[in-house]
Amino acid sequence: MLRINNLSFSVDSEGQEKEIVKNINLEIPKGRLFVITGPNGGGKSTLAKLIAGIEKPTGGQIIFNGTDITEKSITERAKLGIGFAFQQPVRFKGIQVADLIRLATGKNLSFSDICDYLSLVGLCAKEYVNREVNASLSGGELKRIEIATVLARKSLLTVFDEPEAGIDLWSFNNLIDVFQRQREEIKDRSILIISHQERILNIADEIIILKNGVVENQGTKEVIFPKLADTSSSVKGCRGILKGADCK
Amino acid sequence: MNLNETEKNLLKEIADISGIPEGAYNIRSNGKSVGRRSGKNIDIVPKEDVSGLDIFIKPDTKGESVHIPVVMTQSGLKEEVYNDFHIGENAQVEIVAGCGIDNCGCDDSQHDGIHRFFVGRNASVKYVEKHYGSGAGAGKRILNPITQVYMEENSYAEMEMVQIKGVDDTTRTTEAELKAGAKLVVRERLMTHNDQTAVSIYTVELNGTDSCADVVSRAVAADNSYQKFDAKIVGNAPCKGHTECDSIIMDNGKILAVPCLEANDVDASLVHEAAIGKIAGEQIIKLMTLGLTEEEAEEQIINGFLR
Repeated sequence: MLRINNLSFSVDSEGQEKEIVKNINLEIPKGRLFVITGPNGGGKSTLAKLIAGIEKPTGGQIIFNGTDITEKSITERAKLGIGFAFQQPVRFKGIQVADLIRLATGKNLSFSDICDYLSLVGLCAKEYVNREVNASLSGGELKRIEIATVLARKSLLTVFDEPEAGIDLWSFNNLIDVFQRQREEIKDRSILIISHQERILNIADEIIILKNGVVENQGTKEVIFPKLADTSSSVKGCRGILKGADCK
Repeated sequence: MNLNETEKNLLKEIADISGIPEGAYNIRSNGKSVGRRSGKNIDIVPKEDVSGLDIFIKPDTKGESVHIPVVMTQSGLKEEVYNDFHIGENAQVEIVAGCGIDNCGCDDSQHDGIHRFFVGRNASVKYVEKHYGSGAGAGKRILNPITQVYMEENSYAEMEMVQIKGVDDTTRTTEAELKAGAKLVVRERLMTHNDQTAVSIYTVELNGTDSCADVVSRAVAADNSYQKFDAKIVGNAPCKGHTECDSIIMDNGKILAVPCLEANDVDASLVHEAAIGKIAGEQIIKLMTLGLTEEEAEEQIINGFLR
């Protein structure tokens, strides 16, 4: 489904080239849920943005379903089947929840269709359909609307950039349920989640540890968790899981 | 009522009318009334000294509406129209005004509507005014509305004033005086294109205890257009006032926002906010990740902003 060949991304930092992503090679087959984790500043969100076309690589190739999309725009990639959920959902003045979901599907959905998408993320449609996607919504509400919007696209590959960031515990529990359901229904589609959360790592088919812009480790959770237990980002939760506890 | 297709289109744009409106109405076309009907509790009476109407809404009227749209298709026509709304005590009414000018000629067409609202005690009025221009002529489409609102105790007025397209030049002047417990809500939306100019001036005087005003403008200036938003709220009593100008600039558009507050009573609580900027890049990117092109994303963002 997605193949990344020698992908690099550098920025100019005070006159010096700083490499954020260094010659990454990666393959995500269809029907799989991948999670990328690793320390802050390791290049995870940048890699997600490179896949969605929000950032342009300085080297390498991105192949999606056999098509080289390296030079394709965000719009073209979206049309080819790449979805992207923002770490910090964007606010709009005047645009309503129903508008975003209709734009996401490209269809003039009925109230009941929109209700179905909002129910997926545990929101009561009646209260939210006509709400503006603006600062009056809490971080948790925005995040759930963002996820509903992205799920509504039914993309072949959906990239979630730190879906747990900025949400309350109740929303987070809902989020886990959403990903678990997606995991069960994934079939020909794939999901890539950038996350620090052990409960998200726990439902992954495969985990990638990205550190200093390179893939440090990759494998199933049984292989990766012991390696993660010694890192700062997930140390507490993963130790819990390794002991058989379900961290909440 | 005999209207040609252009006039019908204008009516649709400004008042969402595709036939005879429900309730009381007066439709003015090229300087003349082409249709009029009073309502059960609403009398529409032509003025004798100047061009315009007196509209009397009886006390305790509930759930009735008045439509008074104006259309102009004759290039070079210039008119001043004086409409006075006398809204009786305890009445609840919706008033739909608006003016559409189609100018296919070389001469400027201009409509200056001077509307005065006398809102009785405990009365409630919703006023909707849309301005629109069309036609390929070199002559300008000019609209200079003056709106004066005099609000008695505990009255309520909500004013939705919209100009989205086709008006070359406008100076909009709105003045309001509020007595105790009166509340004024203004929602203005303005979009200018090409070389258009729009000046919007508000002066709201909060004269009575617990009077309250909320004046919010959303504006978009595109191409080489220019807008000025000049809103002044004066607190002369224990009162609450809020004015906000939220603007998007595109291309070479220019916007000057001049929010102004004057507190003459220690218990007056007045707030102003003004923000001007281009469309946030992240908003465009978000909509592009949903499959929209950059142009489609901009259009959606502007449509939502001006909704």
